[in-house]
Amino acid sequence: MPHIELPEPDAGVIRRLPILIEGLKARVGKDLLILDEEGRRAYETDAFTAYRRVPMLVVLPRTTEEVSKILKFCHENDVKVIPRGAGTSLCGGSLPTEDSIVLCISKMNRVIEIDGTNRIARVEAGITNLQITAQVSKQGFFYAPDPSSQLACSLAGNIAMNSGGAHCLKYGVTTHNILGVKMVLIDGTIVEIGGTTLERNGYDLLSYVIGSEGQLGVITEATVKLVPSPEGARPMMIGFRSPEAAGSCVSAIIAAGIIPVAIEYMDRAAIEVCEAFAGAGYPLDVEALLIVEVEGSESEIGILLGRVAEIAARFDPKTVQISADPEQSARIWAGRKAAFGAIGRVSDYLCMDGTIPLGQLPHCLTRISQICAEYGLKVANIFHAGDGNLHPLVLYDANDPVQADNAELAGEAILKLCVELGGCLTGEHGVGIEKRELMATQFSQTDLLVQMRVKTVFDPTWRLNQAKVFPLAYTDAMRAGNAASTPEAA
Amino acid sequence: MTELWRPAAEWELQTMIARLVREQRGIEVVGHGALRNTGRVAKSDVVLTTSGLKGITLYEPTELVMSARSGTPLYEIEAVLAARGQMLAFEPIDLGPATGAPGGALSIGGVFATNFSGSRRISAGSARDNLLGVRAVNGRGELFKSGGRVMKNVTGLDVARGLTGSWGTLAVMTELTFKVAPIPQTMQTLAFVGLPDDLAIEALNVAMNTPLEVSGAVHLPKNCAARLRTPKLRGLDQSLTLLRLETFAATIDERKEKLKAALKVYGAPVELDSEDSFGLWSEFRSLSVMPFSTETALWRISALPTKAAEIVFAIQKFMPAVAFYDWSGGMIWLEVPAAADAGAADVRRAVAVRDGHATLIRAEPEVRSSVEVFEPLKPEIERLTRGIKSAFDPAGLLNRGRMYANF
Repeated sequence: MPHIELPEPDAGVIRRLPILIEGLKARVGKDLLILDEEGRRAYETDAFTAYRRVPMLVVLPRTTEEVSKILKFCHENDVKVIPRGAGTSLCGGSLPTEDSIVLCISKMNRVIEIDGTNRIARVEAGITNLQITAQVSKQGFFYAPDPSSQLACSLAGNIAMNSGGAHCLKYGVTTHNILGVKMVLIDGTIVEIGGTTLERNGYDLLSYVIGSEGQLGVITEATVKLVPSPEGARPMMIGFRSPEAAGSCVSAIIAAGIIPVAIEYMDRAAIEVCEAFAGAGYPLDVEALLIVEVEGSESEIGILLGRVAEIAARFDPKTVQISADPEQSARIWAGRKAAFGAIGRVSDYLCMDGTIPLGQLPHCLTRISQICAEYGLKVANIFHAGDGNLHPLVLYDANDPVQADNAELAGEAILKLCVELGGCLTGEHGVGIEKRELMATQFSQTDLLVQMRVKTVFDPTWRLNQAKVFPLAYTDAMRAGNAASTPEAA
Repeated sequence: MTELWRPAAEWELQTMIARLVREQRGIEVVGHGALRNTGRVAKSDVVLTTSGLKGITLYEPTELVMSARSGTPLYEIEAVLAARGQMLAFEPIDLGPATGAPGGALSIGGVFATNFSGSRRISAGSARDNLLGVRAVNGRGELFKSGGRVMKNVTGLDVARGLTGSWGTLAVMTELTFKVAPIPQTMQTLAFVGLPDDLAIEALNVAMNTPLEVSGAVHLPKNCAARLRTPKLRGLDQSLTLLRLETFAATIDERKEKLKAALKVYGAPVELDSEDSFGLWSEFRSLSVMPFSTETALWRISALPTKAAEIVFAIQKFMPAVAFYDWSGGMIWLEVPAAADAGAADVRRAVAVRDGHATLIRAEPEVRSSVEVFEPLKPEIERLTRGIKSAFDPAGLLNRGRMYANF
């Protein structure tokens, strides 16, 4: 049995549902509401599918003003709200509760303005990550963060989780690529945080918002930075005899002053599955594979990849292969980007997201294998090696309750290991419900209180995305409607 | 004389703040004093300096990460990095010389508390962007940490970055962890001569919109250009529009030729080699191209590049103003004649209607106490700002009045 605790729904709120429906209809019209069970069931979970709860109501607003009316109504009627983008969270970040309203902004997906000269675009936050790039590419730009789910995931979700992706080694993560947001607070107030200029005025409120997992408000618009598209990009594949050699090679590349646009790592288990699925041309006789990509003109790419190959040669690689043409490059990346899906075809898995200091890589991989073996489970490792962001996929059979339980326990042990080695619980997927209780292993109670007080400033009554991010026991008082007591409870 | 408190360790700093909180005494937070002539004057009973908290606590060159105690002087950090061929990519600005405080006194805590980044901010991000984690003591006397030492981290709210630019009003940082970067192997500069401001900003943005990874985009009107020390650019008696390229020696010439081709219509540039370029771009870090007289006030204006020249022209209608444009126009350092309000009324109007914001950097202390130093906040943002201040420092003891008159 999955063992993440979810709070008991408030029967009083559910009893008031007919009145709430009438109230919302009066404010935003019935067309925005999903009331039937089948419709609501589509929102019962996100990409963390082991947990499901059907919300009592789903609202699909089309404008910031509608979001404001909905939130104000929920605030006045003591109703909990689950903000939702595309529902691709891997940590249960948009998991509903039976006594909550899901506020999904996926219909707000327009590009409002592209300002090429100043290299910015203003968009509605329900737009998908990839759609931003699609709309600006004709002008020679792209939006840099590229999470694997970029075809489906919303910008609002990226902002909530401070998403990264394979290419953030060079371009940074979401927090480096957003200049401002329009956000609606729980009482309906519409605020503009940040703006269109590079620097913020006053306190950097935007830093609190990015990565706040829907705890502070509902983001409806954002101003994003646009980056000029590189002249060209090409990956190379380097296969190693051991994870240690691959890890040392990553350090040596960075020590040489080369910052590739991406360095991706796959272990043997991951290589085999991805190759079988995508036919990417990965070598099958190596223990670890690095995909290193550099950008620039043809001659720059040649020189840089040549250097990387020279460095790699010091670590006795089994194969070194520079992509010959754009088709091969696309295949190499298609294999990597399809990795989660490919592994999902052969097994259920839990995808972990810990981050570690790069120097700890070999030790950490050994320990991960041991941990999974202790629970009788297999693991496939895929990660962003350049920045130490690990994605061990713990493989299990979801129909076997013992295995399901063990997978969660193994995952927990892996994340604790990451913290122990000087890293953190999550690099880009977020805390959600999944890692909520583990927060206490990375942070002291005071560290968490400092964060919770910031939440209280934006959401004084703690109605937004309840029972996530912070350990449940820490938030009892606030969830019971006693937020005023939070700040002093030390 | 105000009492000076100088803790030698983090625990001592926490103990001191806890005691001051019990006694409800106001605290002015300083490092080595490099920023004391900037911002509003804090109301305080004691001065608490982090100058005793010194030393680099972690440096992993192959992981591009460093941690240091907050009072560590910036020059010490940069010397240790340079010995390993690395640097702080965001080129922190040392306001000391520009404000009559000692140069080279800036602490690493001050770098992040103010978040004033230099020319490479346009490609490498700001101080805030390069911060990974902090340890700090808030105005309740609580020691806390946020973030960490790894590049990617979404465990909870990003309090670490939220402290940047808060000028010690929320917490006293005790230790910071930040990204470092390799010093580029080689650097070259193209200097276009004699362009008026608006055309120059246009040229800078044409360059920034190429994929050539331009890492510096500065325009100096004639009077600023005259103050450059770089020999090759002295005595031209013209405005200068400067673009920096930096990469590996084997590939830089190709990029330079492409950049020249993209900017052909703006004339033939003067070219600077690597050695001259390193010298030139370091000049901007202390703002030495500005006039710095006691007769002037200094403003820092954040703008959309396409509005930058317009903002300066609008201000120049009311007063003589000297502008140094960085970040392809996204940042304007502006000197205006000293006046009772440092020109605030006209500067703010010109900036606000064009979606920018302005901070008064240098003026007499009375002026900095009587006009708003930071751009006034919209009511709903002020409500959140006060909420944040109160969450960290409910009694308003830390640097009270340093940013805003009433909190």
